[in-house]
Amino acid sequence: MKLALQIAWRFLTSAKGQTIMIVLGISIGVSVQVFIGSLIQGLQISLVDATIGNSSQVTITRANEENYIESYDELTSTYIMDDEDIAIVSYAIDQPATLVDQDQTSPVLLRGFSLEEANELYGFDEKLIEGRMPEAKDEVLVGDLLMEDMQLGIGDTYVINALNIGQIEVEIVGVYDFGVTAIDESWLVTNLVTVQGLLGIGDAISSIEMQVKEPFDADIIMEDLQNDLGQDYYVSNWKDQNADLLSGLNGQSVSSVMIQVFVTLSVVLGIASVLAITVLQKSKQLGILKAMGIKDKEASLIFLSEGFILGIFGAIGGVSLGLGLSLAFTQFAVNPDGTPVVDLYIDPQFILLSAGIAILAASLASLIPARRSSKISVIEVIKNG
Amino acid sequence: MAEHVIELKNVKKVYGKTVKTEALKGIDLAFEKTSFTSIIGQSGSGKSTLLNIIGTLDRPTEGQVFVNGKDTSLLSKDDLSTLRNKSIGFIFQFHYLLPEFTALENVLMPIRISKKKVTKDVLKRANELMDLVGLEKVKDNLANNMSGGQQQRTAIARALMNQPDIILADEPTGNLDSDTTRQIYELLRKINKELKTTFIIITHDRKVAEEADRIIEIKDGQVNVDMSGDQNE
Repeated sequence: MKLALQIAWRFLTSAKGQTIMIVLGISIGVSVQVFIGSLIQGLQISLVDATIGNSSQVTITRANEENYIESYDELTSTYIMDDEDIAIVSYAIDQPATLVDQDQTSPVLLRGFSLEEANELYGFDEKLIEGRMPEAKDEVLVGDLLMEDMQLGIGDTYVINALNIGQIEVEIVGVYDFGVTAIDESWLVTNLVTVQGLLGIGDAISSIEMQVKEPFDADIIMEDLQNDLGQDYYVSNWKDQNADLLSGLNGQSVSSVMIQVFVTLSVVLGIASVLAITVLQKSKQLGILKAMGIKDKEASLIFLSEGFILGIFGAIGGVSLGLGLSLAFTQFAVNPDGTPVVDLYIDPQFILLSAGIAILAASLASLIPARRSSKISVIEVIKNG
Repeated sequence: MAEHVIELKNVKKVYGKTVKTEALKGIDLAFEKTSFTSIIGQSGSGKSTLLNIIGTLDRPTEGQVFVNGKDTSLLSKDDLSTLRNKSIGFIFQFHYLLPEFTALENVLMPIRISKKKVTKDVLKRANELMDLVGLEKVKDNLANNMSGGQQQRTAIARALMNQPDIILADEPTGNLDSDTTRQIYELLRKINKELKTTFIIITHDRKVAEEADRIIEIKDGQVNVDMSGDQNE
């Protein structure tokens, strides 16, 4: 083994130009893998983040929408608190209503939140563009579009009218911008007690909203919760509501894998053909080694070692090149504000996998020349001088 | 029998499947231990084929080859490799050194192939062999950075490294000048006398052949002449 490795090393270093070309070939293949993989993963993560990063990923409501969840603390401590897959739990109570300003009105969705937790989930404080967060009862945040539309003012009070239920007066204490039209022109964000007060009910909510640690496991978590909670409750998850996005992401993943597979394949074929030629170049050496008594197995091992060595150097070169390419991409492909067009996602596991595949592929590619080397006969070599 | 380090019994070699060429037509020969034999013959006479069969690099179509009393036709490919590594040293016309390795590393190669460790003693022996063939100054040169004579001396030192019973040489001085040729043959004879190694050498040079203990002439795949050489040396 040691001898085969040493001979392989000498063979490679004695033909430096050729070796550098092969290593470069593998490196480019691996770098494309690393770069495309990081790019697509980054793209997917930012897309998923933009879609569900600031919203509820798993939501519990009552099966009958007219009912409220009253024992929500108990429900949380029994079924949710111990679940390690769940990252954030927040409570909400919603009531469609109308905002009245003198002679004009606008339909709004009054959303009462347990604000501290909801802030982690929705990131209200990051989206606040003016004013402050609601602190007391009957204080609300309003979206920038509704604000503009109705010419509302911070510090002013308005009447919120819920049909057949009643009305309250609220004070606007801040303006948010979610960047989503449907939200920015309709949500009035407030605390739980404000909405409970309007509805005239005690400490009850309409939904438990959650973010999970692995967003793509949301459907599994949903099923578990549904089984625990039974028929009185209805559990939904973001995946059911974003089927189109998911199929898009899936398509992207498949095409990324295809690119990587074909790059690997072309690298394998390249190495195999170059190494096959190396066997011919080194047939004299192989002949004399065999005359001296080297066994066929060990002769094959020389070329397997060559493949392995090339794979290792190709992988190192490829990972460095790929990371360099990725870094250059985030530096030069930027939005006008200087942020990268796509945030790359550097996943050490994925990079290790790419490097591993390169080493394995190079070793596999050397199987063909290795077989060939064991067939070289001493007589042929001697006869042909 | 025990005295015969190599014995051939009715060895035939046929090349080709449709058009058959008989390179060896039934050869019976035996070589005594520590003997120095030269084989002569015109090109195409079958002398190289004979040497390759003796060296187990090629298998006879018919007949048997015994090396140290062992029937080589019963040995597997791997066993033959081991046999070659331990008992036979080769010297070819085109030195066939490994150009990627230094002279010393080439000389050590048979030891490494046999999976023995390169100990201090082994290294000492390799150095002694290199001194013996007069290469003390170019030990660390790559094979390509040596003259033809130096390369051939390296090949000789390499053939001796595992202390084989037999050295087979196919026109070892075929592409060397006459002075170097002279020196190489003197060296081979010296090794034969000092280390008691059996030599079988193919040569086209009658003068060289006549200095051997025994001369065998091969003609048309058969032994034409088999006689003791000039012993006056």
